[in-house]
Amino acid sequence: MPTKTETLTGWGRALTATSEIARPERIAHVRADAPAMGMRRSYGDAPLNDGGVITDMSRLDRILGFDETTGILEVEAGMRLGELAAIFAPRGWLPSVMPGTGFATVGGAIAMDVHGKNHHGLGSFGQHVLEITLKQGETTKRVKPNSALFKATVGGLGQTGVILSAKLQMLACKGDVMMVTERRMDGWDEFLAALDASTATYTVGWIDATAKGDNLGRGILEEGETGAGLVPKPSKSKKIPFNAPHWALSKPIVKLFNAAYYRRVPDMGRTSVKPIEEFFFPLDKIHDWNKLYGKRGFHQFQCVVPIAQAPALRDMLQLIASSGLASPLAVLKRMGPGRSGYLSFPMEGYTLAVDFPNRAAAVKLIERLEDMTQAADGRLYLAKDALATGAQIKKMYPDHAKWLKEVQKADPDGHLETDMTRRLKLRSA
Amino acid sequence: MNETWIILGATSSMARAMARRLADDGKGLILAARDMKDVQATAADCAARGAALAEAVAFDARDPKSFEAIIDRAAREDGMVSCAVFVGSMPDQADISADPSLVDGTVMDSFTGPARFLERLAPLMEERGGGTVVGVGSVAGDRGRVGNYVYGAAKAGFHTYMSGLRNRLTRAGAHAVTVKPGFVDTAMTWGLEGMFLVASPDDVARDILRGVEKKKNVVYTPFFWRYIMRIIKSVPEPIFKKLSI
Ligand SMILES: Cc1cc2nc3c(=O)[nH]c(=O)nc-3n(C[C@H](O)[C@H](O)[C@H](O)COP(=O)(O)OP(=O)(O)OC[C@H]3O[C@@H](n4cnc5c(N)ncnc54)[C@H](O)[C@@H]3O)c2cc1C
Ligand SMILES: NC(=O)c1ccc[n+]([C@@H]2O[C@H](COP(=O)([O-])OP(=O)(O)OC[C@H]3O[C@@H](n4cnc5c(N)ncnc54)[C@H](OP(=O)(O)O)[C@@H]3O)[C@@H](O)[C@H]2O)c1
Repeated sequence: MPTKTETLTGWGRALTATSEIARPERIAHVRADAPAMGMRRSYGDAPLNDGGVITDMSRLDRILGFDETTGILEVEAGMRLGELAAIFAPRGWLPSVMPGTGFATVGGAIAMDVHGKNHHGLGSFGQHVLEITLKQGETTKRVKPNSALFKATVGGLGQTGVILSAKLQMLACKGDVMMVTERRMDGWDEFLAALDASTATYTVGWIDATAKGDNLGRGILEEGETGAGLVPKPSKSKKIPFNAPHWALSKPIVKLFNAAYYRRVPDMGRTSVKPIEEFFFPLDKIHDWNKLYGKRGFHQFQCVVPIAQAPALRDMLQLIASSGLASPLAVLKRMGPGRSGYLSFPMEGYTLAVDFPNRAAAVKLIERLEDMTQAADGRLYLAKDALATGAQIKKMYPDHAKWLKEVQKADPDGHLETDMTRRLKLRSA
Repeated sequence: MNETWIILGATSSMARAMARRLADDGKGLILAARDMKDVQATAADCAARGAALAEAVAFDARDPKSFEAIIDRAAREDGMVSCAVFVGSMPDQADISADPSLVDGTVMDSFTGPARFLERLAPLMEERGGGTVVGVGSVAGDRGRVGNYVYGAAKAGFHTYMSGLRNRLTRAGAHAVTVKPGFVDTAMTWGLEGMFLVASPDDVARDILRGVEKKKNVVYTPFFWRYIMRIIKSVPEPIFKKLSI
C-alpha cells in the first residue's frame, strides 16, 4: 500500500515528526509493523513516529453493528466519539465516556483510557469496552476485559498491537440535549467543596488560572444531565486559518477574557438547555483552535493528585497564577477511582489541566509542576505530556512493569514504538 | 417514495460517503463490489445509520455474469431503482505502456463493464418511469494527456456513453448525471505526486447528491474544475501536444 510523507504534530504542535503515513480504507490493508494514530488529539508525541511509518486510522470509521435493546455497539477504531454522539443521542444512547473533544477516535480513547465529565460516577473509557479486536503481526485477536493483554492495551499507547475495532457498552440517555447548571465559584476552598458535594452525572470546573490572592481558584462549576427537548441548532463551526500572532494569547488578553468568562455567569448561577456537543465538546466549534498559539505551539500540563493532597494542587495553582505566564481557562475535575489499564491515568482525587504557550519560561514552570506532582504522589497524563522524563513517569505508574511484560510479548521487535515511548524509554524497565 | 440505489464499486471511499448520505435519508442500498468482506462492513454501517435496506453483493466489472443477480435483487424492491457507478482503475501510464494488455482491463473497469451493466439496468428504470444513474467519470476524460491517456480515454468513452444514456432515459422520466471529479483524497490518489486542490470524498458525495436532486446533466466536483477544464480544453492542439501538464 502506498504511503505519503508528511510532517505531523500532536495537538500542542510543539513537537513534530516526519513520517511515511499509511492510510488504509479497509481493515485488510492495516499494517501490523507500524504504530497507529487516530486524530492526533493527544497534545505531545504519543501519536508520532519520526523517521518511520505511522498508520492513520481515520478512514476506518464504520459502525459494524448496534443492538438497540442492549446498547452494545461494535465500531471500527477510527470512528470519532463526537460522531457517535450525534448519530445515537437522538436514539437514546451516548458513548459511556466522552473526553472534551469529539474528534477523539475509539482507538485513541482506548489507547489513552480517556475520562470524561462523568468520571466520578462511571469511570474511564476502558471500563465500558466489552471486546477489542487487535492486530498483532499476522494474527488478529479478540481481547476480553480482565485479561492481562486487555489491561496492557487499554491506556497502553498502542504498544500491544493495532486496534481494529471494539465493542462498546453505550449509555442510555434521556435525549439529545443537556440541562446545564452553571455556578460561580469564588475561590479554591469553595470550589473543592462544591466538586465534592456535586451529585450531578456530569461535572466540570473551569478555573481562572490567572486569578491570584483572594480570587485564587475562582471559576465556574458546570453540572449537566441529559434531557429531551428542543434547542436551537448549534451554530456553524468556525476555522482558525492561520497561525495567530504571538500576542493573541498574551497576558492582558487572557486576563480580560477570563474575567469576562467568569462574569458571564450571573452571581446567582443559571440553568440552561444546550445541544449535547456544546456541553461535551465546547472547543470543537472552533476548528484548529490550537493555531491560536502561533507557530511554536503550546503545552498542556495535566496532573491528578490524591484527595489528601489537595493542598499541593492549590500550591501548583498559586505558582501558575503568580508566574504571570498567560494561560487561558484551565480545567479542574474531581476523579473517581475508575481505571482499567496498567498505564491508565485516573486515580481518585482532583485533576487540574492548564495550557501554556511553548516558551522557555513555561517549560521551566511545567518542569516544576511535574516535580510537585510527583512529590504529591500524583500522576501526569500521557495524552497531554511532551516534557516529562521516563524516570518520573515510571515512578508515577507502578504497574509499568506489568504493562512492559505484555508489550514485550506482543511486539518483541519494537515495531510499534512511538516518539513518546522512545522519549520516556517506556519499552525498557 | 421508496428508492433503492445500486452502488457499483462500493469499496471506494467516495462511494462509501455517498452511501452514508443515502442511508441517513433512509434509502435502500445494494452495495456491489469485489471485496465482499469490506463491503459487508459498509453495509452494516449503512444499516445502523438508517438505510431501509443495506445488502452487500458481489460484483466484478470484468465479469458480466455477476451483473444479472444484482439487477434481479434491485427489481425485487418496490419503487424507483437508481444506480451510482464508482468503478474505475487507474494503472500507472508507464506500466500500461510497458504492458499494453493492461489497456483492456482499464477500459473494462471504467467504461465497458459499467456500460454493459447499465444497458441491462436501463429497461427496468424505463419500466418504472424514474430513477437516476450517476456515472463517475473524471476530468482526465476531458482531454488526453501524456500522464494518463489510457485511463482518460476510458473515462471519455464513459462520458459519451453517459450522455447517450441520459438522452435515452429522459424519454422515460428517468435521468442520468455525469460526474467529473478533479482530485479527490482517496486510496487512488494517496501518496501520488502533483495533487492540488484535493477534495474530500464527502464533499464529492454532497455535490453528487445535489446534482441528482437538481437533475444536473454534468457535475464537476469541486465546481471550479469546470473552469479549469474549460481552459485546458481551449488550448489549441498544436500547443497542447507540446505541454506536459
Ligand atoms: C480539546 C481537547 C480536550 C480533551 N479532553 C480530554 C478529556 O476530557 N479527557 C481525556 O481523557 N482526554 C482528553 N483529551 C485528550 C484526548 O482525548 C486523547 O489524547 C485521545 O487519545 C485522542 O484520541 P485520538 O483518536 O486523536 O488519538 P491520537 O492522539 O491520535 O493517539 C493517541 C494514542 O493512541 C494510539 N492509537 C490511536 N489509535 C489507535 C489504534 N487504532 N490502535 C492502536 N493505537 C492507537 C496512538 O498511537 C497514541 O499512542 C482532550 C484533547 C483535546 C484536544
Ligand atoms: N480520486 C480521484 O482523484 C479521482 C478523480 C477523478 C475520478 N475518480 C474516479 O472516481 C471513482 C472512485 O475512485 P476512488 O478515487 O474512490 O478510488 P478507488 O478507491 O480505487 O475506487 C475505485 C473503485 O473501483 C472498483 N473497481 C475497480 N475495478 C473493478 C472491477 N473490475 N470490478 C469491480 N470493482 C472494481 C474498486 O474496487 P476494489 O476495492 O475491489 O479494488 C474501487 O471500489 C473511480 O471511477 C475513479 O476513476 C477519482
